[in-house]
Amino acid sequence: MAMTVELPALERTDSTTPETKVSSARLRRYAGPALGLLLPVGLAVAWEIAVWAGLSNGRLVPPPTKIFATMVELAKSGELSRHIIATLSRVASGFVIGVVAGTLFGAISGYWGLARRLLDPTVQALRAIPSIAWVPLFILWLGIFETSKVALIAVGVFFPVYLGVMGAILSVDRKIVEVGRTFRLSGPAMIRRILLPAVLPAYVVALRVGLGLGWMFVVAAEFMGASEGLGYLLIDGQQLGKPAQIVAAIVIFAILGKTTDWLIELATAPLLRWQDAFGGKGGAA
Amino acid sequence: MLALDRVGKTYPNGVHALERFSADIKLGEIVAIIGGSGCGKSTLLRAIAGLDRATTGTVTLDDIAITAPHAKIGIIFQEPRLLPWLSVADNIGFGLSELSAAARREKVAQALARVGLTDKANAWPRELSGGQAQRVAIARALVPQPEVLLLDEPFSALDAFTRRDLQDHLLDLWNDTRPTLMLVTHDVDEAVVLADRVLVMRPRPGRLFEEIKVNLARPRDRNSPHFDNFKRRVLTALDRSLDRNVPDADAKSTAGEAMWW
Repeated sequence: MAMTVELPALERTDSTTPETKVSSARLRRYAGPALGLLLPVGLAVAWEIAVWAGLSNGRLVPPPTKIFATMVELAKSGELSRHIIATLSRVASGFVIGVVAGTLFGAISGYWGLARRLLDPTVQALRAIPSIAWVPLFILWLGIFETSKVALIAVGVFFPVYLGVMGAILSVDRKIVEVGRTFRLSGPAMIRRILLPAVLPAYVVALRVGLGLGWMFVVAAEFMGASEGLGYLLIDGQQLGKPAQIVAAIVIFAILGKTTDWLIELATAPLLRWQDAFGGKGGAA
Repeated sequence: MLALDRVGKTYPNGVHALERFSADIKLGEIVAIIGGSGCGKSTLLRAIAGLDRATTGTVTLDDIAITAPHAKIGIIFQEPRLLPWLSVADNIGFGLSELSAAARREKVAQALARVGLTDKANAWPRELSGGQAQRVAIARALVPQPEVLLLDEPFSALDAFTRRDLQDHLLDLWNDTRPTLMLVTHDVDEAVVLADRVLVMRPRPGRLFEEIKVNLARPRDRNSPHFDNFKRRVLTALDRSLDRNVPDADAKSTAGEAMWW
C-alpha cells in the first residue's frame, strides 16, 4: 500500500498538473476499447495506402474508401435500409422463436428427470444433424419465402439455448437448493427465487451463443433464394462481380452482430452485478 | 420438546449411517454432538431438519412428526450458503416472505444490528469475510424465530479467533429467545463452551456412545480448571468411542479411523 501511494507522488514532481491527471484518467477509460480498434483500423489504413500507392489495383480486395463509398451509395438509394431491415427482422423472429422454444424445452428437460430421459436423446440426435441439411425439407414444407428462412434461423438458435438452459439448471448448486428447501419454498417459489437467478448467468451466455448462430443461419437462409437482405447483397455482389458490395455487406454483418450482442450484454448486466467471477474484474491483465 | 426416537438411516447405497439414536431435548437446551468421522452426526442433523428422511424411528417436535422441513426448525450449515444474487439484507429476510415488506424490513434491520452488520446491509455476499458471511447465515436462520436451531459444524471453516468470537456471539443471540440449539462439531472446546449436554457418538454404524452433562455456569471461562476437566472427559469419551484405550490398539490407531477430528 505504501508503495502505491508514493509512486504517483514521485511522478508528479517532474511532469504533471491536475489537468493532465484528469486527461490521463480519461485516456485510461478509452484505452481499452481503443486497443481493440488498433488492429482492424491499422490493417484498413495499411491496405488503403497500398492501393493508393499502386501496390495493388484493389479490384478483388477493394480499399476501405471504396467500400465506404458503396455503403453510402446503397444507403442513399434506400436500398441499404431495406436489406438491413429484411435481415434484421428475419433474425429477430427466428431468434425469438428459437429462444422461446429452447428455453421451454431446456427448462422442462432440466427440471424433470423423466422429461429429460424422454426428450433429451431425441433433441441431441436432432442437434447432430447439420442444420443446413434442413433447408431442402423446410423449402418443401414451408415454401421459399419468409417462413422457411425464419424456421432455419429458429432451429439454429434453439439448440444452444436448449443446451444452455438445461445444463444451467442441472448444475445449480444443490447446497443453495437446500437453503430453499429449509425455508419450505413451494415448487414455483423455488423456481422463481432460487433456480431462475442461479441459471441467469449461463442463460445470458446461451442467448449470446444463440444470437451468434442466428446471424450465421440468416446468411444461409438468404443464400437459398431471397430478393432482399444482406445475404442477397452478398450473392448479388458475387454474381455481378462487385467485391466492394460483398465486403460492405460483410462489414454490416459484423457491425450488426456485434451491436446486437452488445445489447444483450447491456440489458442483462444489471441483473448480473452480484457475480463474483474472474471476468467481472476484467480477467487477468 | 424435540424427541428423537430410535432414529436410524440406511442410505440407498447400503451405507448404514445411523442406528437407533434416541434423545429427548428440552426447549432452550444446547446440545453438542461430537464424534469421529462417519458417525452419522450430519445424517442425524439432516433427519431432524427434514432434509433427509430417517429410514427407521421418528423425529417429533412438540408432537409433530418431522418428515420435511418445518417452520419451527432452522438450520445453519458449515458454509454460509448465502444467495449470491441477494444483498445481505435480502438474504436475512429470505425466510420472511409471508410478512409485509415493512415488517420484513424492520425485522431485518433488527437482525442486522444484532449481528453487527448494519453497514453491510446493501453489500453483496461476495464482499463479506468468512466470519461476516456466517453471521449473516446465523441471522437468516434466527430471524424467523425457530424453536430449534440446528448447526452443522458452523464454525469449522473459520480461523480460531473468529471462531471464538462467533461462539460467544451465538450464545449471546441464543439468550434473546432461548431456542433449542443442536450443534454438530469436531471441536471439543466448542462443545464444552456452548453445550449443556455433549452427546458423544461412535461410528459404523453411527450411534450414541456417551452423554456428558456440562454443568458449568455461563459465561464459561475457557481457561478455568473446571473447563479443562470437562474437556478431558469429552476427549476420554471420544477416545473410548474409537476403542483407543485398548492397550494393543497402537497398530489400529494408525489406520486413520482413530483420527476422529
